[in-house]
Amino acid sequence: METKLLEVKNLKTHFNTERGRVTAVDGVFFTVYAGETVGVVGESGCGKSVTAESILRLLDEKSTEYEGEILYKGKNLLTSTINDMQSVRGNDISMIFQDPMSSLNPVYTVGNQIVESIMLHQNVNKKEAYEKATEMLRLTGIPSPEKRIHEYPHELSGGMRQRVMIAMALSCQPKLLIADEPTTALDVTTQSQILDLINELKVKFNMGTVMITHDLGVVAEVCTKVVVMYLGQVIEEADVRSLFSSPYHPYTDGLLKSIPQLTGDRSKKLHVIEGKVPTLHQIPKGCRFAPRCAFASEKCHEEMPELAQADHSRKVRCWHYKEIFQAGEEGPYVSAADSY
Amino acid sequence: MSVQQIPIEQPLLEVRNLKKYFPVTNSLGKVTGHVQAVNDVSFHMKKGETYGLVGESGCGKSTTGRTVLRLIEPTEGETLYKGENIYQLKGRKLLDMRRELQMVFQDPYSSLNPRKRIGHILEETLKIHRIGSKQERMDRVMDMLNKVGFQSEQYFRYPHEFSGGQRQRIGIARALMVDPSLIICDEPVSALDVSIQSQVLNLLEEIQDEFNLAYLFVSHDLSVVRHIADRIGVMYLGQMVEEASTDELFAQPLHPYTQALLSAVPLPNPTIKRERITLKGEVPSPINPPSGCVFHTRCQHATEICKKNVPVKRDVAPNHAVACHLYE
Repeated sequence: METKLLEVKNLKTHFNTERGRVTAVDGVFFTVYAGETVGVVGESGCGKSVTAESILRLLDEKSTEYEGEILYKGKNLLTSTINDMQSVRGNDISMIFQDPMSSLNPVYTVGNQIVESIMLHQNVNKKEAYEKATEMLRLTGIPSPEKRIHEYPHELSGGMRQRVMIAMALSCQPKLLIADEPTTALDVTTQSQILDLINELKVKFNMGTVMITHDLGVVAEVCTKVVVMYLGQVIEEADVRSLFSSPYHPYTDGLLKSIPQLTGDRSKKLHVIEGKVPTLHQIPKGCRFAPRCAFASEKCHEEMPELAQADHSRKVRCWHYKEIFQAGEEGPYVSAADSY
Repeated sequence: MSVQQIPIEQPLLEVRNLKKYFPVTNSLGKVTGHVQAVNDVSFHMKKGETYGLVGESGCGKSTTGRTVLRLIEPTEGETLYKGENIYQLKGRKLLDMRRELQMVFQDPYSSLNPRKRIGHILEETLKIHRIGSKQERMDRVMDMLNKVGFQSEQYFRYPHEFSGGQRQRIGIARALMVDPSLIICDEPVSALDVSIQSQVLNLLEEIQDEFNLAYLFVSHDLSVVRHIADRIGVMYLGQMVEEASTDELFAQPLHPYTQALLSAVPLPNPTIKRERITLKGEVPSPINPPSGCVFHTRCQHATEICKKNVPVKRDVAPNHAVACHLYE
């Protein structure tokens, strides 16, 4: 039986800002099992990164308020003490950040930084920690790690630095890895190397992974389950194949259709989702996507739909997904999968 | 967009053996070497055509774009616009040339002056080129704002009042103000979200048809380039390794680098599992590029000759040229 690693239940993250209280994350649900990769996708400002940071409670607690539950192996992280959190971070749950250039300390060698994290979390001496760090660097595919370990971040390329970050994150063999846009700053050929590496290590350590990304290609390539976010809410959750072949939510469908394809007809005009994402200060009443939705009815503008179970493996937050989807099967509404 | 091959037709833009080396200095200011950012690049563009320039960071695609506009002076080589060498023009003639060649920048946040109103930003181009009276200029700006999807009253707004996608539309409007025939787009959509990206790409296509524009479209995103370009040049380490019409390039990539590049792009379709060609190692330093073929250090087909001789770009099919010893 699969073990449930992480369960996020109705997470809400509020920030107290000078312009008043904003709710960056407002109703996020998902579950991660061991050995599974869950993709969290959405456009900038949808709250995907804040969700990731909330799981590890990395946000400034003075101005942040959490609601809901984040259960890691049954324990609520949101009510844990700081000491408990500290033992969870790195040991049980680790994180890789987007920008490998700024997440490494430029005045210490990379070895130093990996050793620091190993010694903080494990009961080993410095020599053992160095051996372990070298081993981790080798595992991430860095050539001649015994030499590289003494180098400073500026001596390494972007891809190498991201490997160092991965080595550091995995040095204590966490059960859960949170990767926040791990390949966004990298070139495609380097990106494919890093994605392969994460996949390989995931299998090796039987890790659960949360992959935060805006790139639907990356999602299709590495994820087993996908959570789509819009303006702080989960609007659809599905296994990766159903999501790409038959998206239920009009936003997911629009998103899939607006990316240019590498195969198929290229003379067609790209699909456009009209308008822009509203700011957190002007969240629409009712369904948050309604102002940009072609299918919005009066009800959509008035009442917010709940994230409801659509079929055994899928959830969707939309009043009309059934009608829209059925109409699509017969009529002019073309699903994104048809354009491949 | 005409893709017809008429050999007699004079190309709109012709880049010949373009080289740009940036000097590398030590702490005393002594030149110790050169970054060979662009190394012997040649290509041409026809009227109304979109030419995509792709490659990974550091391959010299942006430098090529900027050197063509003479925002950077070249080290060697020439760029002919309608038969005239851009690098030999001076004063008034250079200004006239610049009217024909415009640019859209990558970052919509830093490419608009935050202290100027949108209307003034657009009008400035007209002022520089001394076009129209004050009233005429204002009318033209209003027209252009409407054309790219704004209301006339937004003339008086400042850049910070607009979102990234809107700012990029303003950047496009600015380039269009003086009726150019060629626009160099340097990663125009890479800072934008997917849903906004498609709005901007559609706008670029609409105005291309309307004004009969040619685009030199510089991008690292292959799916975007495939969507918009008629022909594509693939760059690696300062050199153009392959050049073909878009359909041809995607149907039959010839250069091992192009093959690896195409196979590395993640497809937004989980049912397709492709054979991926994983490149080993890293891009070598452009200060000291490998001898012979620049790609031989990472190429799985490399032989002895690749280490010694530089491959010459040659036509292997109509509309398809490649610089690789495998196809000689």
